[in-house]
Amino acid sequence: MTQAMIGIEDLDVTFGYGAATVHAVQNVTFQVKPGESFGLVGESGSGKSTVLRAMSGLNPDWSGNVSLDGQTLGRQRDKAFYKRCQMVFQDPYGSLHPRHTVDRILAEPVAIHGLGDADKRIDRTLREVGLGPQFRFRFPHQLSGGQRQRVAIARALILEPRVLLLDEPTSALDVSVQAEILNLLKRLRAEHGLTYILVSHNLAVVAYMCDRLAVMNRGRVVEELDVESLRRGQAQQDYTRQLLLASQGYDRAVADSFKDFA
Amino acid sequence: MTAREWLLSDTPQSRSQARMGRLYGGWLTFTGNRLAMVGLGIVVALMLMALLAPLIATHHPFAQDLANRLQPPSAANWFGTDQYGRDIWSRVVYGSRLTLYIVLLVALTAPVAGLLIGTISGYLGGWTDIVLMRITDVFLAFPKLILALAFVSALGPGIENAVIAIAITSWPPYARIARAETMTIRNSDFISAVRLQGASPTRIILGHVIPLCTSSLIVRVTLDMAGIILTAAGLGFLGLGAQPPLPEWGAMISTGRQYLLDQWWVATLPGIAIFVVSLGFNLLGDGLRDVLDPKN
Amino acid sequence: MTVSPSATPLLTVENLRVRFPSRTGYTEAVRGVSFTVGREKLGIVGESGSGKSVTGRSLLRLVAPPGEVTADRIEFDGTDLLHASERKMREIRGQRISMVMQDPKFSLNPVMTVGRQIAEAYRVHTKASRSEARRRTLDMLGAVRIRDPERVFDLYPHEVSGGMGQRIMIAMMLIPDPDLLIADEPTSALDVTVQMQVLAIMDELCSSRGMGLIFISHDLNLVASFCDRILIMYAGRVVESCRAGELHAAKHPYTRGLLDSLPRLDDDRAELPVLTRDPAWAAEGGR
Repeated sequence: MTQAMIGIEDLDVTFGYGAATVHAVQNVTFQVKPGESFGLVGESGSGKSTVLRAMSGLNPDWSGNVSLDGQTLGRQRDKAFYKRCQMVFQDPYGSLHPRHTVDRILAEPVAIHGLGDADKRIDRTLREVGLGPQFRFRFPHQLSGGQRQRVAIARALILEPRVLLLDEPTSALDVSVQAEILNLLKRLRAEHGLTYILVSHNLAVVAYMCDRLAVMNRGRVVEELDVESLRRGQAQQDYTRQLLLASQGYDRAVADSFKDFA
Repeated sequence: MTAREWLLSDTPQSRSQARMGRLYGGWLTFTGNRLAMVGLGIVVALMLMALLAPLIATHHPFAQDLANRLQPPSAANWFGTDQYGRDIWSRVVYGSRLTLYIVLLVALTAPVAGLLIGTISGYLGGWTDIVLMRITDVFLAFPKLILALAFVSALGPGIENAVIAIAITSWPPYARIARAETMTIRNSDFISAVRLQGASPTRIILGHVIPLCTSSLIVRVTLDMAGIILTAAGLGFLGLGAQPPLPEWGAMISTGRQYLLDQWWVATLPGIAIFVVSLGFNLLGDGLRDVLDPKN
Repeated sequence: MTVSPSATPLLTVENLRVRFPSRTGYTEAVRGVSFTVGREKLGIVGESGSGKSVTGRSLLRLVAPPGEVTADRIEFDGTDLLHASERKMREIRGQRISMVMQDPKFSLNPVMTVGRQIAEAYRVHTKASRSEARRRTLDMLGAVRIRDPERVFDLYPHEVSGGMGQRIMIAMMLIPDPDLLIADEPTSALDVTVQMQVLAIMDELCSSRGMGLIFISHDLNLVASFCDRILIMYAGRVVESCRAGELHAAKHPYTRGLLDSLPRLDDDRAELPVLTRDPAWAAEGGR
């Protein structure tokens, strides 16, 4: 087996102290191969985004083992890590600085990493995400939701990372725009050989984007399966089967049969 | 393409066009508020008055004419004369320079200090936050004028010391506002995004947090201008601000109050000047809030 | 059973138009929308900016100035909503037509227990006694399947989860026993399983009370499986209306494009077809 691009082992994340402690993630273990796209599925509070934030370095309060390309990662990350691993957020309205132009947003990472040649990089990256140079000097409020998400993707891509962490990248978008962004992400992955972790509550989106996925509930991985099994409905766990049923539209009898999984 | 179309264009071609376009959009919102325009008019008039004082004043502000003391307003002395026969109109005109001097110095120091302390405290949190905020609380615990009085009596009377005292006493509220805003901004996705690019805290505070805090601070400072002018006037009134013969408006009221019943104009006309200028800054602040407040 | 909409329309809307002034003239949010609702579940589907939410709000005259609402007719059970007095409207709002919004956190008063809020809503319209209102509230909380109504009665809004908050909102809106419920994305903020349970409650209440429902949503599949009839809105106009079961045979290219662009579990396309918008769809009169 080739070496994993991302390795997560026995990841535990807790919030708060004493009696108010919340065990948000417990014993989560999975590996993602280079060039693979891995889905993390679950409902709100399942801990799927918390795993992503621990991986990205945004939340330093975790224990366990996290590695990127064979290198074990500490809680404090260095610039070299950020250059290889970038993230795209859920809300395109909240993830762009409201007072910065697209140009400034994209120039910032280039300046931080001292890459130089900012003009050329910005132009090229904007073209890659399907935005022409006419978007370069606009403010976020002059862009639609889909265009903003393209800018957010461009910001992640401009450092030429190996790994993209995608936190519900299309759940705030209209369905027709969602299709455009999903196609774009799929194309970029093929062109650049990127490795993805996609967090989503939408099974159909994960099926379209990913090769394998883990289903999470209450901080634990319930089951790990490949997308083919998901498509054929061959889930081993009741919880996954309930999620599958719920994603197939409203059915009175089905809704009445739902139960809580602890 | 007209200039207006160029400015309001949704597809700016350059950095400068984007910036100008945003300024123009703000200007359109501002001009839509008639009272704000009145405020702007008053503040501009104050600046012109200070700038062109030698042309506007009819007399020298220090020129005494004891034969003509305490004269009511007339064609020769528009606002009348004071107890040394000095022309009150000319003193009010020259006094505008002192008012602007105080206001500008305070506006350039206190909010900047407050902004830095507040954003650092709010962004870094932890011990930095606790220490900086307790210091802020110490300053906030005293009434502003009393604290300013204490500083001036320690430093000695004079207009520069009055400015220093006012600046020292007025930064804590700005630090509080900046900290509160920083705490909401700190957790937003766009800050997370720039952290994930490897940006240092200094870079994030200066380039990403401060630009979002400044607008509400500018509004607050403009609204506080009236208070600053009144504190300066209060210090002048108590004899701790500008020293005679400087035509500071508060000091003028202070000396005029002995004649208030018989020669009302000596104290009242500088008082009206303070009132009009305070009102002007307040209206301007209201208009700026419409333009700058990100919540709207 | 569904009553056919033409038999006894509860609400009739003809040529509804809503516009908002902007820096360059007017922005038209709704442009000539007509429909009727009987005692049935009508879905209004559209993307953001299609005018679906504004349509819902304008029925209760909740579009804030400077927005302007005009129509040839908005008639609810014999009452002309377009020209009714503000007093009359207050009687109708809540008592006869209720509205549920997307996020319960913004619709509930944070400093009042949820039980008291529901009881107040009941007493405003019925002048019932306190104990009677409390009893009715507990019944209603039970009806929206809250397991422990006595405990939930004394909770504050921040102490309840999103799913429970939305059930509480529905209980509050339904306690005056309205004839028509307008629900604007009532389940979009909820997890799929909770969403299904909340829909089941609304479904049950519709059929047992004979209530009409206008269900506004962006989710085509959800509306198709939940409602009886569907209106598809685009750029302020209804571009297509059909029975819910026939949505997958929809004819309008916009509806077709939306359906196609959804990723699906049961097919394995390499690329999702992207909607190409035709300016003719937005043109008035064009279909």
